[in-house]
Amino acid sequence: MEKKSLIEKLHDLQDQNKNQSYLTQEALVNLAKEEKISPAKVFAVATFYSMFSVTPRGRHIIRVCEDQACHMDGAETIIQTLEKVLHVRIGDTTPDGVFTLEHSSCLGLCDQSPAMMIDGEAYGNLTRTKIESIIQKIKAGA
Amino acid sequence: MSEQVKIVTELVGIVKPDDINDYVAKGGYEALKKAITMQPSQVIEEIKKSELKGRGGACFPTGLKWDFTAKAAGTEKYIICNADEGEPGTFKDKVIMEGDPQKLIEGIIIAGYATGATHGYIYIRGEYAKSIDTLVLAIKQAYDKGYLGKNILGKSFTFDLQIHKGAGAYICGDETALMDSIEGKRGEPRKKPPYPPTCGLWGKPTVINNVETLANIAPIIKHGGDWFKAIGVEGSRGTKLFCLQGDLNWRGTIELPFGKKLSSIITDYGKGVKDDMELKGILLGGPSAFILTPEELDTRADIIALSKINAGIGSGVIVALDNDRCVVDIVKNIAEFFRHESCGKCTPCRIGNDQIVNILERITTGDGKIEDLVTLEDIAKTMMQASFCPLGQSAPNVLMQALKKFREEFLIHILDEDCPTCDCDMMYEEEW
Repeated sequence: MEKKSLIEKLHDLQDQNKNQSYLTQEALVNLAKEEKISPAKVFAVATFYSMFSVTPRGRHIIRVCEDQACHMDGAETIIQTLEKVLHVRIGDTTPDGVFTLEHSSCLGLCDQSPAMMIDGEAYGNLTRTKIESIIQKIKAGA
Repeated sequence: MSEQVKIVTELVGIVKPDDINDYVAKGGYEALKKAITMQPSQVIEEIKKSELKGRGGACFPTGLKWDFTAKAAGTEKYIICNADEGEPGTFKDKVIMEGDPQKLIEGIIIAGYATGATHGYIYIRGEYAKSIDTLVLAIKQAYDKGYLGKNILGKSFTFDLQIHKGAGAYICGDETALMDSIEGKRGEPRKKPPYPPTCGLWGKPTVINNVETLANIAPIIKHGGDWFKAIGVEGSRGTKLFCLQGDLNWRGTIELPFGKKLSSIITDYGKGVKDDMELKGILLGGPSAFILTPEELDTRADIIALSKINAGIGSGVIVALDNDRCVVDIVKNIAEFFRHESCGKCTPCRIGNDQIVNILERITTGDGKIEDLVTLEDIAKTMMQASFCPLGQSAPNVLMQALKKFREEFLIHILDEDCPTCDCDMMYEEEW
């Protein structure tokens, strides 16, 4: 098979950093050396895509959709609920380093709005009780 | 209500997506077997005869696109399947990728054979974890069965296929931005011309087609272009996947032949507006596309009929808005999306979207001024004319239409500092 692109290598590096789900400066500089391009270029690519982070995050990334369908079905309330349950603001990571709460563009779950994804898993038709139990379950397994 | 016609979703829910043998047992890969007994040019002729048009929103004739690439100079050519399904409200490609991945792969291989490409990419958005897993397995199985790789089906035809995972950027749904992303760059759009069919990935001739387009290929080759052309209406042949959502009793993806009336899609398939509410309008084709009033829904969902009311099918999204929805709030939500997704390369898009959000925020919190409406139009026109790529050019589409079709609502927000539907921030402010 053909060699992996820079984007896919960044995915791999971020996935390897399981505890903090981010691209360390060291990893970016090393990748630049390996690719024989400037670190600035690698940094420019890494910061362009919203799934990559250059600052530490939690072990689990919660992505809440806010577009059309989810917005119409109360995405704002979903975010407020998550903020209350996790005790963090959107964009932040819980002090125990378990969750990072992020905004997301449409996740293609519009037939089950409001919806969110935690890591690769989709959760739709969200309610307060549902959110609480999802977070509890993940916490118990963390 | 006539029967649903299924072409691309024929086997969704019937075939096991993780078992290529099941696909083959249900007639899968017969089209590829037939295609490689034909001349590549004959395959393209068959696609031309079918009058298949791109399902990603631009509606470009697929056969013609293939022909450009087939006739382009050079031996290194590429097929890209655009699976970066990011238009808010769209989840139709996912249905194909997760429900019948082999049909998509078979279409891509046929595209490769017809155009002389030897390598293909499926560019999937990173958020579609399940689609990625399904296709990784499906591609492996296709290699194991000899449908991919060297000397496919014993012929001197070689075709490799790999997945490229995106990383969260709506702009990468633009064909040239997507190519830059595969090349390992920031996903920023390129200047056109040259166009991808002659100068695409790595500067080589490249066919880039949407998932739904490619899922039509195997059925067309199997049954013939004439068979396909008999479905749908003049100018829009075959079927279209529609993603129904919003204030409807039924939400989901449905495959329908082109030419059904929008009102019938809402009533017969969406089962009408939720809670017996009145319909205020629909968003059609995604947030970069159209907002229609109930009076406009007496139009057939096909390319020609919609163009007569200055609309189009877009990606097939239909979001129903009931009478309690605030149009200003909907438009603001759309503007926020584009502000986030603007790649920042050109000024009209980068600054324009930001300005639109700021003004709409003012209007929905009771601080709007009557001159804001003119300013909004000015910004929108500048973006439409001066933005570098379709993202910026189309971002203010719904805003511009809403300013005409739902002007009254904007005026009530500004002059009465009130929201007729209590659905926007104006009310939240008072409640808090």
